[in-house]
Amino acid sequence: MSIEQIIFYVFATILVVCATLVVTLRNPVFCALALVLAFFTSAGIWIFLEAEFLALTLILVYVGAVMVLFLFVVMMLDINLTVLREGFTRYLPLGLVVSIVLIAELVMVVGPGQLGLESMPVPIPHPEGYSNTKEIGSVLYTEFLYPFEIAAVILVVAIVAAISLTLRRRSNTKVFMKPEEQVVVRRKDRVRLVKMSSESNND
Amino acid sequence: MIETIESALSFLPLGLVALIIIVGKILVLVLPLMGAVAYLTLAERKVIGYMQVRIGPNRVGPFGLLQPIADAVKLMFKETIFPANANKFLFISAPVLTLAPSLAAWAVVPFDDVLVISNIDATLLYILAMTSLGVYGIIIAGWASNSKYAFLGALRSAAQIVSYEIAMGFALVGVLLAASSLNLGEIVDAQRGDYGVVNWFLIPLFPLFMVYFISGVAETNRAPFDVAEGESEIVGGFHVEYSSMTFSVFFLAEYANMILIALLTSIMFLGGWLSPLNGILPASFLQGEGMLAMLLGDGIHWLLAKTSFFLFLFLWFRATFPRYRYDQIMRLGWKVFIPITIVWLLVVAACVVGKVGPWW
Repeated sequence: MSIEQIIFYVFATILVVCATLVVTLRNPVFCALALVLAFFTSAGIWIFLEAEFLALTLILVYVGAVMVLFLFVVMMLDINLTVLREGFTRYLPLGLVVSIVLIAELVMVVGPGQLGLESMPVPIPHPEGYSNTKEIGSVLYTEFLYPFEIAAVILVVAIVAAISLTLRRRSNTKVFMKPEEQVVVRRKDRVRLVKMSSESNND
Repeated sequence: MIETIESALSFLPLGLVALIIIVGKILVLVLPLMGAVAYLTLAERKVIGYMQVRIGPNRVGPFGLLQPIADAVKLMFKETIFPANANKFLFISAPVLTLAPSLAAWAVVPFDDVLVISNIDATLLYILAMTSLGVYGIIIAGWASNSKYAFLGALRSAAQIVSYEIAMGFALVGVLLAASSLNLGEIVDAQRGDYGVVNWFLIPLFPLFMVYFISGVAETNRAPFDVAEGESEIVGGFHVEYSSMTFSVFFLAEYANMILIALLTSIMFLGGWLSPLNGILPASFLQGEGMLAMLLGDGIHWLLAKTSFFLFLFLWFRATFPRYRYDQIMRLGWKVFIPITIVWLLVVAACVVGKVGPWW
């Protein structure tokens, strides 16, 4: 077994174990942390595929930002697991049907027919000096410009929707601080120096 | 020098030699870094002491020079206390998760044309990815401590780091636009020119430089953005329950991050190891073998001097500025820095396309 294979199997084992832990662990905080490790190891595997730009972006975006906010929410929620587990047997048949359909669809899309060793030959290693980042940049803004722009528009719409859903102005608060007024305050507006003679102390 | 080591070890198998050399490189980087971290704490206490008209530590060794060693020994022999009902596994792994990314980021930092452990293509992206991982240690520390103060500190710091990362990332986009490379060595080379200091990215990217350095101060949770620690409100923030080595590992990571930010600022905006005397003195002074040419020409000593200047700024900030109010931190990050960077990105892009000035 070559060193590449050993490293791949180490990463793949960690990835599969973590992905299983995400759905089996009881404590949601541990689930989120297992998901973080799963993202991290899959980024390692992507680096093996010479996709270093995508791998680093995966870490930067998903691990560095998205999962931080996930953890943020999960840690603040006070989840009562016994309530969540109620009605497990009642929903089991429906859940089984949904999961069977889901698995069947997944097998059809990413099964050996599409991604098997025959249809996906071993990629040829690129020569030294090949830059994955430059390659992505050169096709992203030319060949795939429209999909890229459409994705950007959809994301902007999502941002606006999220903000408008959560934005609320409280009309009943008494003090509403305006930072732009606060930062222009000078000493002479607030402080007055009073000169007075010292009081005599005769007793 | 590496060749001589390789030939001396030639009786060993090839993979083992490569491993020994890589580990050797890492040690050559990490040991001085840890020394720098230790003495940065002393410098901090001395500098702030003098700024506040005190003397600072002066008992251990001449001028207090052995103080960091005394501190390290003390912290090592203290008892590690676990809070009741704390999650022990996460409680221990939190400081490790803070230190590991901040050391991992150093793997790609160049000190010279050749002095770099791993000269990868997407250096800037890698550093951004690694520094963004440091927040996990803080969040996990706050959660695993089973303490309200620690948890409040962790939430504050998570929100702050995520907000400032965006401004920081945009500032870096400006740098890579200007240098048209993600590799730090090539970014330094892009600042080389006939006019010396004027060729550095400091002048064309000045707003981005300010945004990057201030965001760096915020990312490292240093004063005046240290609400995550906030001694006056939440006792000590995320590390309030930590003691002995677990506590000191948090501080190793914080100071290593400070040095990293200072070093990256000097590499990306102040020309890294390029000599500021380029363009002032004739080239014959700066190139050659002599001692004077080595001192005046490009070299690692210029990089270290620039880094020291920024580290001094970190300490100066802490001695001078009062802590930001939390809502003003958020306002500065989202409403001031992000618009500035977006506007300046357009300006930089236009300048690069228009080939303005001595820079492009």
